[in-house]
Parts: sequence; C-alpha cells; structure tokens
Amino acid sequence: MMRTRPVAWPRRLLHAVLIVLALVFLLLFLVMPLATVFVEAFRQGVAPYLDSIKQPEALSAIKLTLLVAVLAVPLNVLFGIAAAWAMTRFQFRGKALLGALIDLPFSVSPVVSGLVYVLLFGAQGWFGPWLDSHGIKIIFAVPALVLATIFVTLPFVARELIPLMQAQGSEEEEAARVLGASGWQMFFRVTLPNIRWALLYGVLLCNARAMGEFGAVSVVSGHIRGLTTTMPLEVEMRYNEYEYVGAFAVASLLALLALLTLAVKSLLEWRYGDEIAAHAPGGAA
Amino acid sequence: MTLELSRLHRRFAGFQALDDVSLKIAPGEFLALLGPSGSGKTTLLRILAGLDYPDSGSVLNDGENFLAQPARERRIGMVFQHYALFRHLTVIENIAFGLRVRPWRSRPSRGEIRARVDRLLRRVQLEGLGKRFPAQLSGGQRQRVALARALAVEPELLLLDEPFGALDAQVRVTLRRWLRQLHEELELTTVFVTHDQEEALELADRIAVMNQGRIEQVGSPEVIYQQPATPFVCEFIGKMNKFVAKRSGDGFAAGPWTTESDPWQGRFDQAMVYVRPEQLRLAAAPSQPAWEARLRHIYLAGSVAHLDLHVASLDLSLEADVATEDLSRLGLQAGMELRIAPRGAILFPLDGDGRPLSAERWIWQARSPVPA
Repeated sequence: MMRTRPVAWPRRLLHAVLIVLALVFLLLFLVMPLATVFVEAFRQGVAPYLDSIKQPEALSAIKLTLLVAVLAVPLNVLFGIAAAWAMTRFQFRGKALLGALIDLPFSVSPVVSGLVYVLLFGAQGWFGPWLDSHGIKIIFAVPALVLATIFVTLPFVARELIPLMQAQGSEEEEAARVLGASGWQMFFRVTLPNIRWALLYGVLLCNARAMGEFGAVSVVSGHIRGLTTTMPLEVEMRYNEYEYVGAFAVASLLALLALLTLAVKSLLEWRYGDEIAAHAPGGAA
Repeated sequence: MTLELSRLHRRFAGFQALDDVSLKIAPGEFLALLGPSGSGKTTLLRILAGLDYPDSGSVLNDGENFLAQPARERRIGMVFQHYALFRHLTVIENIAFGLRVRPWRSRPSRGEIRARVDRLLRRVQLEGLGKRFPAQLSGGQRQRVALARALAVEPELLLLDEPFGALDAQVRVTLRRWLRQLHEELELTTVFVTHDQEEALELADRIAVMNQGRIEQVGSPEVIYQQPATPFVCEFIGKMNKFVAKRSGDGFAAGPWTTESDPWQGRFDQAMVYVRPEQLRLAAAPSQPAWEARLRHIYLAGSVAHLDLHVASLDLSLEADVATEDLSRLGLQAGMELRIAPRGAILFPLDGDGRPLSAERWIWQARSPVPA
C-alpha cells in the first residue's frame, strides 16, 4: 500500500537523506534535552530524586503552580468562549481590534507583559499607592502570578474556538431558538456539544502554558521561596544554587506534564480531528 | 393565525434589505416569497421567525404585536436552508428537541415525547432511521428530519427557507408534492422562500414577488404569470420576449405589427412590450398585421419545442414555444420563413427618461382570436 510504483534509486536516496536529517535534528534538539532532564534528575538514584521533590519548597511550588492553573485556566475558558462567541456571532465596530487584542499576548514578550503588571500594580505603579493603603498586595504575591498567567495564556482557548465556530455558523443555534430553547439551553445543548473537543484541546494547550510559563511570572513573582515561586521559577532558583538534582527533579515533573499534554493532544487530534478546527492537523481542511 | 405585516423596513450596513414591505398572510394559506438573492425574502422570513427585527414597521398576529413575542413563544416551525440539524444528536433526539427544552410544566412526559416522535418519523417516512446521526443521512432524508423537527412543536406557522435548494431535481419534485399534501392535511399556515419560480408557481396559493427589498406583486400563480404588474415580474417569471413599440396613429407599432389602440390617449410616445413565447402566433392570416420572421433553429425540450426566430426588418430575436406534437402538423423546419404576430402582450409606457411606468400597465389582446 505504501509504495505502489517503483521509485528510482536517486529519489530513494533523497528520501533517505531527508529522513535521516530530520531524525538527527529531532534527536539533537528535542529527544536529547528531554532525556537529559531525566538522566540528570536520576543521576544520584531514585531516593535523592524523591527527597528533592518532597522538600517543602518543591511541594509549595507544585501547589502554587496547580493553584495558578486552576484559577487561570477556567477564567480563560470563560473569556475564550465569550470572545469566540462575540467574534463569530456578532457584527460590531472594532471587531478587528478585538481579534488583534486576543492575539496580543502571542506577539508581546512575556517579560514585557510581566513588567506591565508591575507598572500598574507595583509600589511605584499607577494603582500601587491606592492598593497599598487598602492593604491589598498584588505584585510579588499570588494575585500577580495569576494575572500574568491569564494574560499570557489568553489566546489559547479563543484561537481554537474562533475558526471552528466560524465554520459551523449559527444556523443550529437559531434552530434551537425557534424550537423554543432559552439562551442557556441553546448554549448547553447545541453550542457546547459542537465545540467540546476544540474547547478541550484549547484547555489542554492553555493549561500546559499556564503551568510552564516562566518569563511573565518571573517578573511579578519576587522569588519568595515557598510563597511565590512556581515550578519553573523553582527550577531556575535551584539551578542557580548548583542544586542540579533538585532542579532537574522539578524539571522532570514539568517534562512529564508536557509529555502527557502531547499524548492527550495527539489523541484528540486523531480521534476528533474534524471536530477541532479547520487548521488543526488531521482536521477537515 | 392572520398575520398582518405593515410598512417593514430593515437596513443592513449599506444595503436596504426591506423597503416598505406590507403583506397579509391568511390562516391556512401557502405563501411563497419569490425573488432573486438579495431581494429581502429571507430577511422577511427571519423577521417572522423572530431571528431578526425590522428597523420600523409592525407585524400583527390576530391583532396582537407579533414582534414583541420572543422566537420561542411564537409557535413557529422553521426549516432552514441547510436544515441546521443538530449534528451531535440522533434523528430522534433532533425531532424531540423542541419538546425537551420546554419548561417542565408544559413538557410532555417521556412516553408522550417518544410516541409523538414515532408518529412524526412515520409521517416523514423515516421509520428505522431514528438512531442515525444527521451525517449518516442523504439530503432528502435530512430535509424530512428538519421538517419533522419543526412539526414536533405543533406550530401554527411553518416557515421554510429555500426548502428544496440543496436537493437534486428528481427528489425535489417528489418532495414538493409531498409537502403540498402535508400542508393540506395539517391545515398549517406555510410561508416559504424560494428563488425558483417553477417551485413557487407549482406549490403556492399566493406568491409575493420581491425585488430589492420591495414587494413587486402579490397574487395567485395565475395572476402573477398572466398579469405581471411590473417589468421586473415580467422578466423574472417565465420567459418573455421584450421589445420597444412606438406610437403611430392610433396605436403602438413595431414594424408592421400594431396594437391598433392607445389606452393612454397620446400621453406617451413609446412603450416596452412583453410577449410570452406561447403567445406568439406562428401562422398569421394574410389579413393580419404580422412580422416576416426566419426560423433559425428548433430547440426540442421534451413536450415543448422552443423556436428561435429572427425578424430581419427590426433586427429582433424572438422565442416562440409550440407543443412538440404540433411541429410536424405545422410543418416547421429550421430555415423557413414565417408570418408571426403576438396574440397578447403586456405593455408599459416609457416616460421621458425611458423608464417603464408600472402604474400604467396595459394588458393587450389581439382583436380577433385566430387559431395558430
């Protein structure tokens, strides 16, 4: 089935060369670094690996990372659905601007977005003095981590949904309305089932980014160990302190998350490719 | 339900979708909204469905404000152009949707819903396909599911948007007849949108011909076909030969043919003349004023033959239709010369700027009916 006609040997050679090149590239830039993470993490055996993860700082970093994701991802799901709905179901002035704004976090360096929050809420920032006088702490505290993460992961859900909802159109929703469905019934019985796999796909990517974000979070965190360090920050701090096993141990958890995300993502693409989005691999182009 | 639409206006960015539309829809009638794309017919349907609202104007249902009712309270069944079946639900779930979303007080029991869905499946001849998903159905089957889903809520008004647009010709004709039967059995008020004049003429009790957001004419299919009110209706419905006649003496003439009278009593110098292909007499008597025409080609189209004629003196191409079985009786052959004259025509006088005046339409009949 693979080859229905004989291929001349120069072409076959070309095939082989290209395949080998791609493999070498992948090995060098993806597989080896990934393997290094695990090799370094287990360099001194399983016991030191587990010990370094069980340290309070590591545990609190894991907890904080989960907390940030648990807050940021649902908020971006809400925002993503609302934005996709507005972009695909309504005509309004400034629609192009909204589209550009949704993409903004992709084009702005995460460090810059972190700095923006410092400028807004920091001690010398616009709202700093007011917040300070009311005893509200945002910068160098958990709220800033959540805000920065929301900003950085903002496009993921919306960008997954917009092309799909565009392609599906609003006829089914209109049919539901005429048949007597209320707004909520229409959303939960028609809209949501139609976008569920694309939504899950977006949530997955959003979550991976939320847990792995470094730049923006680093600027607003203040690096208070055990209080405002997420896992990527914990990795950096341990590495800077020559605590290699500890650094790679936490890094290995992030790598596992990445592998898991990749596996579920591939599963989704393989199983529901045509229900995800026109641009997704394996989707109906 | 008697619907009374008056003075509806609807404007979209840079385009007038409805321009002063008034229309009365009688209970139990089968009304077609016929027009080219962009004529506003779908906008009108969507306003009735509660999916769009006019900028001004009113819709009354038995004297009550219909526009104030949200879509879900209007007791409407609608079949969308591309059916809009819920792709993640089975045929049964699709049909039951309108019943299941009702508030629990007015929602029928599970058993009742099931029984009603079964009855509808039988009615639309889809027994045994209830567990399928829309993607597993043919176009005709999907259309019938959409219809069953619309009928499940026991609507008083059925709205159909280009119901046969996406079907192939054979299925279309069968479904058309079936739909007409259904309409009569259920005693519904049905409004359907189409750009296909044949569909409208065959199905509807009454047709509203729309163009550029306005209703050009409302009437029975016979009236629309035989007494078109405007040049647009003439050109949109059926085929028409079209030429300009000039006032000469007591009538309007084009070459040797003349109307021999002038209802406008000399107020206009020119008129646009429309003649149906079947209204052209092919063998005019020598005493009758007629054109000398050459039969250039005969296009055989089943029971009817279209004759391509050319009047050299006016450099005018005309089409005439005859029954195919009459071809040999009349001895018609390509290349022969014929004396032809209209049996009847629709005339619109042209004003000083050359614009036809619909209000002054004149239906002209040849003086003495002479057999073809």
